[in-house]
Amino acid sequence: MSENTTIAEIDPVPATAGATAPTIAAANIAETRPRPSVASTGPVGWMRANLFSGWWSSAVTLVLGYFVIRWAIGIVEWALIRAHWAVPMGANGQPDPSVCRAATDGACWAIIGEKYRFILFGLYPYDQQWRPSICVVLFIALFVVSASRRFWRKELLGVWMVTLAVIGGLMWGGFAGLPYVSQEQWGGLPITLILATFGLAFAFPLAVLVALGRRSRNLPAVKLLCVLYVELIRGVPLVSLLFMASVMFPLFMPVGLNPDKLLRAQIAIILFAGAYLAEVVRGGLQALPKGQFEAADALGLSYWKKTSFIVLPQALRLVIPPLVNTFIGFFKDTSLVLIIGIFDLLTSGKAAMTDPVWTGFSTEVYIVLAAIYFVFCFAMSRYSSGLERDFSQTRNR
Amino acid sequence: MSQTAEMIRPGPFTEGASTGAPAIVLDRVNKWYGTLHVLRDVSMTVGQKERVVVCGPSGSGKSTMIRCINRLESHQEGRIVVDGTELTDDLRALDTIRREVGMVFQSFNLFPHLTILENCTLAPIWVRKMPKAEAEALAMSYLERVKIPEQAKKYPGQLSGGQQQRVAIARALCMKPKIMLFDEPTSALDPEMIKEVLDTMISLAEDGMTMVCVTHEMGFARRVADRVVFMDQGEIVESGTPHEMFENPQTDRLKLFLSQILRGH
Repeated sequence: MSENTTIAEIDPVPATAGATAPTIAAANIAETRPRPSVASTGPVGWMRANLFSGWWSSAVTLVLGYFVIRWAIGIVEWALIRAHWAVPMGANGQPDPSVCRAATDGACWAIIGEKYRFILFGLYPYDQQWRPSICVVLFIALFVVSASRRFWRKELLGVWMVTLAVIGGLMWGGFAGLPYVSQEQWGGLPITLILATFGLAFAFPLAVLVALGRRSRNLPAVKLLCVLYVELIRGVPLVSLLFMASVMFPLFMPVGLNPDKLLRAQIAIILFAGAYLAEVVRGGLQALPKGQFEAADALGLSYWKKTSFIVLPQALRLVIPPLVNTFIGFFKDTSLVLIIGIFDLLTSGKAAMTDPVWTGFSTEVYIVLAAIYFVFCFAMSRYSSGLERDFSQTRNR
Repeated sequence: MSQTAEMIRPGPFTEGASTGAPAIVLDRVNKWYGTLHVLRDVSMTVGQKERVVVCGPSGSGKSTMIRCINRLESHQEGRIVVDGTELTDDLRALDTIRREVGMVFQSFNLFPHLTILENCTLAPIWVRKMPKAEAEALAMSYLERVKIPEQAKKYPGQLSGGQQQRVAIARALCMKPKIMLFDEPTSALDPEMIKEVLDTMISLAEDGMTMVCVTHEMGFARRVADRVVFMDQGEIVESGTPHEMFENPQTDRLKLFLSQILRGH
């Protein structure tokens, strides 16, 4: 071998050349054969392939199709065709739902028209309900702005703090001519949004820290604390945590120092969500190849720089689906505050049903409540799949 | 080669170049994985601007040894002094050393969520505190050196293995290290891409970079190495100039190893 020999020259070429020759020939043959035609396309072809591919599948399709259509017709008749959208005024000047009662085969949407403000805002003073309305709009605007990756910079944190402060100010009032509304009177959708938003906004950073702490090798005390926290909180139901926050916690507090019930429930939700999210984040941290940590170390990045620039951006992307899954779960779990008497959306909906004049129309109220929850949860779900698509475009293409 | 011949006397206790302090000193380094003794009394000195190629069968401890130099692995006994700083548990010493020592991995380990340019500028900006514009200009100059400036805006996943490894070299160089460590940089590459990476390393060696390179590319070792170190079972068995090592191996273990890797070439 000469002094200048490099691997390219001393590579055993004949072996590879011999191996590739037949493959090329096979590829040529495959190319000359016409591509086998897929069964006819279009809706008819699709139906033939998927619904009527044999006598057995045709029979199943027909039977199931019959039930689906019957059921759909029933729903449409009940919800739209035979529904009552309004009821006439009764003798006492109040709406009288007796028309609805007489016709039992149609929905009575009149209860929604009558009660929607109570469902949405609970016991908040009627003439001041424009304030929680603005809060709901502000929350939604905050979500929409935060969802756009264009706005993902440091200023967004300030926007959040200002918006949440404005929401608090509007809800409480007591300044600039706004009458003070105590927290006991808050209710409905704003409570659900407050619990969910503050809950996840605080639980998520907590979860990241706990997940990092649980993987720490140099700080055994921190690691132990994180493991204890996760295992203890995960081991009890959220309901029991809420009970503890609302009943037991005040017993241990000195007289006069007693944070209000909403705050206590909020903290319970944050702690609970934090433990679950921490395990999701830890899953992402573990999925990251060891080489990424080593490359960051070799470049001299400090622990926090390595974590914030290399580790977390990759680990969190990996766990978007389970993360959003947990988010959606907790959005709905906020309705458990019902058992400690906080007036969230579900509680105020249930209270609306108990009006003696309007008893018997709970189905309609539940449908509307479900629709509101669905809108928020479905939006989160769609957003997460969009985010996944965006990220996968820049990675592993 | 006459000037280097003196400092590459064979034997594990070879002293570094007579000019200035040695770049790396390993003094009776021992390391265990549990009960497995992976480095046994490894002693080696790498002089300033010296190019050392470490070879040996897999499991011989060569990768572990090179990873001890920037403390991706910690040793349990002995001393490692890099550029005059001893490696201990002191984090500040570690920061100093990692800033001066660049490393290139077998599996590239580029950051897949950052562009090529961001991969190269991250450490200069955040570790060296370099202004962003300056870091980008520096990164572009190194990407030009490794001949892929046109890929700067792409992501690592869009590049071939050879290109990725060249980016990894550029990324390490952007920290302006005094020493470069290569841990089997071509082992994960397809044969047709090995040359482009080796050419980059050769040109780096010709510029006088201090290099420690774990590789089986004997052509590369012949061309650029001042010294070849042969490891087996956690110890340095033999070391010397490429010529001495390849034409006149002293130990049976090296003879066996050479016959195995050169078979078919």
